[in-house]
Amino acid sequence: MMRLMTAAWAVVYKDLKTESRTRELVGVMLLFALLSVMIFSFALELDRLARREAVSGVLWVTVVYASVLGLNRSMAQERENGSIDALLIAPVPRVAVFWGKFISSFLFTAAIGLLLLPLITILYNLTVLNPLVIVLLLVGTWGICVTGTVLSAMTVQARGGEALLPVALLPIVLPIVIGMVRATTGVLNDAPAEEWVGWIPIVVLIDAVYTVISAVVFGYIVEE
Amino acid sequence: MPSPESMMQRRSLIEVDNLSKAYGFSSVLRQVTFSVPHGQFVGLLGPNGSGKSTLLRLLAGLARPTSGTVHVGGWQIPHEADQVKRHIGLVSHRSLLYPTLTALENLAFFARLYDVPAQPAHLLALLDEVGLKKRAHSLVRTFSRGMQQRLSIARALIHNPDVLLFDEPHTGLDQQASDMLDTLLRQASGAGRTIIMTTHDLQRVPSLAQRVIVLHRGVVVLDDSHPQSSSDLISTFRRVTTEAGSQ
Repeated sequence: MMRLMTAAWAVVYKDLKTESRTRELVGVMLLFALLSVMIFSFALELDRLARREAVSGVLWVTVVYASVLGLNRSMAQERENGSIDALLIAPVPRVAVFWGKFISSFLFTAAIGLLLLPLITILYNLTVLNPLVIVLLLVGTWGICVTGTVLSAMTVQARGGEALLPVALLPIVLPIVIGMVRATTGVLNDAPAEEWVGWIPIVVLIDAVYTVISAVVFGYIVEE
Repeated sequence: MPSPESMMQRRSLIEVDNLSKAYGFSSVLRQVTFSVPHGQFVGLLGPNGSGKSTLLRLLAGLARPTSGTVHVGGWQIPHEADQVKRHIGLVSHRSLLYPTLTALENLAFFARLYDVPAQPAHLLALLDEVGLKKRAHSLVRTFSRGMQQRLSIARALIHNPDVLLFDEPHTGLDQQASDMLDTLLRQASGAGRTIIMTTHDLQRVPSLAQRVIVLHRGVVVLDDSHPQSSSDLISTFRRVTTEAGSQ
């Protein structure tokens, strides 16, 4: 267990260090997120009610697509110089590589999501910077990134894999996105808790199931 | 019951028995059998697509055999892959390094994965062995191909493995870098390490390897431990691959 944690942390530290130098992932994710939120803001400018109803959808669509960009790039970096082979021949459980890649993707995506909250608050004139929304953001991002990590390891090996990832990922994370959009809309519209709070344990359960499945299958996916 | 280490002393270090590998309906290796004793330098030759790289990937535990067995140091791949990996270092024609990290950071990262001391003094000594101590704090992306290959060797040696696998290490190197690589290969061999190297450069093999194995379409067509000159090896290689191709 200690070896697993040490190795996973080494992968996370390496990804953070690489990103601090290149800003390749976060830069692209942030630019996309800013553009997406601004385009939706202009599109919904005239209809205040529609904007109020749609803001949680805007947040989650942006988070999902930003995570796809980050996941694609993160796994492609491992493939470019064959460094994934160097990771896989190290005497550490392959699940440690999975956890390392997942945690770094989760941190990058969550950071983008958190940066979006004050921006949406300003552009949409709605207070989305709310502790409950932050909790929902982390719960939803976990499920998206855990599934995305294992799928990106698979699609990056295929020709045109970068285009394949959203096609493979979106149907699988749809229950998470639906649950999180409903819960976020409920929180932002001050709806009674019983109308939205039930979505949280459902998504947490989906997160748990996806986490177990992803951790188990990762080793088989990266092996020839 | 003897431990794998004690068995290692008596048996060959690497034992490949009836090893086959197929991707879908495409058979890449077919019933390959050979063994390699401690300290031997084996040149693994063959035309493109003969299965050399696949064989190395199987030995490194990166691929799963379709049938047959591979033992390294008495441990079987893939069931005891973690033990095998502690005894194997891999150098490929790709660097397997992170270009946006420095040479020292790359080695520190792999030292943590291999659970070996990651102190700068230890890593700098390793960089010194491959002549890169002065560039320890340079980003790998600023390195020439030859320097990257030397750093790859330092990475592969970080856990002091018994077995080194080289997959076409001379690819993309100029003459000077290739000669420097040969010096490092001889040093590794002289230190008692078992080496298996795939290459297309038949000229270099006789001066490095003590034994030559030739693969053709996934089958071993020559396994020769007798020393040969470069020209003899080239004509033998042509003969056996032509004969195997016509069968």
